[in-house]
Amino acid sequence: MQVEKIRIEQLRKQFVKKNKMVEAFHSISLQIKDGEFVSIVGPSGCGKTTLLRVIAGLELPTSGTMHIQHHDSNQPLNAMVFQEHSIFPWMTVRENIAYGLTMRKVPPSIKKSIVDHYLLKINMVNFAESYPHQLSGGMKQRVSVARAFANDPEILLMDEPFTALDEQNRLLIQQELLKIWEENQKTVVFITHSIEEAILLSDRIIMMSAHPGTLIAEYEIPFPRPRKIEEIRSSTFYKNMFNEIWMQLKEEVEKSRSMEGMLPI
Amino acid sequence: MNNKIYQKTLEMIPPLSLLLLWELFVLIAVLDARFFPAPHVILISLWEQITLGYYWHDVSSSLIRITLGFVIGSVVGVAIGISIGISSLCRALFEPIVAATFPIPKLALMPLIILLFGLDELGKVIVIAIGVLFPVIIQTTAGISNVDQTYKEVAYNYGASRWNYFKTVALPAAAPSIFIGLKLGSGMAILLIVAAEMQGASAGIGYRIWSAYSLFDIPTMFVALSTIALLGYLSYTVIEKLEHRVISWHRSPQKERDASGKNKD
Repeated sequence: MQVEKIRIEQLRKQFVKKNKMVEAFHSISLQIKDGEFVSIVGPSGCGKTTLLRVIAGLELPTSGTMHIQHHDSNQPLNAMVFQEHSIFPWMTVRENIAYGLTMRKVPPSIKKSIVDHYLLKINMVNFAESYPHQLSGGMKQRVSVARAFANDPEILLMDEPFTALDEQNRLLIQQELLKIWEENQKTVVFITHSIEEAILLSDRIIMMSAHPGTLIAEYEIPFPRPRKIEEIRSSTFYKNMFNEIWMQLKEEVEKSRSMEGMLPI
Repeated sequence: MNNKIYQKTLEMIPPLSLLLLWELFVLIAVLDARFFPAPHVILISLWEQITLGYYWHDVSSSLIRITLGFVIGSVVGVAIGISIGISSLCRALFEPIVAATFPIPKLALMPLIILLFGLDELGKVIVIAIGVLFPVIIQTTAGISNVDQTYKEVAYNYGASRWNYFKTVALPAAAPSIFIGLKLGSGMAILLIVAAEMQGASAGIGYRIWSAYSLFDIPTMFVALSTIALLGYLSYTVIEKLEHRVISWHRSPQKERDASGKNKD
């Protein structure tokens, strides 16, 4: 648990938008341990999604260094869960979950048993042969989560995966995610704008400032695992934690609101 | 199911009432029977053509030309469309030529094609193929190059090679657009058959129109016109059936809403 998995030093990302240089984030230094669940919160436009995309290798940083320990080269380094509309409409639920495995040419029999395992975990055995257009938004995101876990990456990157869901579905899918994660404890970097979600799921929460984003605070979340969402939500510690984080985040959100209209984003 | 029968019945009403009105107008001499022979006269002419044996010969001659031209045009069109859509090199090389040659009326090419390929079958098939080519290229290119960025990122994030990206993402994502191209192309093929059979043909629906014109045999002309309309309808229906079979995952937004409403989790 103490082995370092991701080390980021002085990372910065700039990009050109409408002929202007825009800084997405700067001076980000961060270490994430193997098997740690880290959430990143921050006001919208703070560059948290861009940071995740850089970690995923979908974008290159402008400067700084990033090192991710890749233990087993037979295993994919990362798998990403996107915000929404990311499962392929032309594939069945089964084919979607198996996508990473298919691309890695995992033998069919092994692939089938892995997919069956995750179909069971997300309670969608009866929907294995359905197409996404037959599913609700919550089911689609469950497939998206299962696809990421089934690929068995060393780190999981999640970009506000449950934001578009209604509260009831969000609570259920959070519990399902906890259950799946607790059984194999992969390193997770989770982007969210929900403080509540961050506390329920993570070992550590990292807060980013208003634009241009950088790290401004860190909170350890010491709840034991396996976690039960209801128990955590009713504890005093949770309420205090929530308030502490919100007081600080509020300042950043207000800063970010006062800048609205000035940003070319 | 009842709904379907209802819709089919509705579809029959406009053409049937048009025919009835037509018959009536000829009867009361609102329409000039020399130029608009009554529907029953046209039917008699059809019967004569069938019994004299040349009707089916006309239909099959035209159908062979249309089918060959359509198949060649679509295969080449899809291939060019894919290469433009997927490779920036091909786009740079071919897109300007496609854009420049697309607006040339295909009929204007007829004399040149006759000079190049002669008056026999090959020239006719080639005119049709050229007509089919353009809508298919344009729709295929659009389909391939407008694949949702998220799908692209998912594919590469889950380890897809370029070939696998094409096979598992770009091609299925572009399929609905390609089918639109095929439908437009089939219309084009039927449109061009009349012109293609103007010269150097001894049978065919287009040929029949021109020969009837020179003989002032208006009923025969109307039989040919109706046959062309019927062919247009049939080819559209066949492609649509094929489309439903190939892209069963594709549903209209309306149906999608209905489906997700039924399967709320």
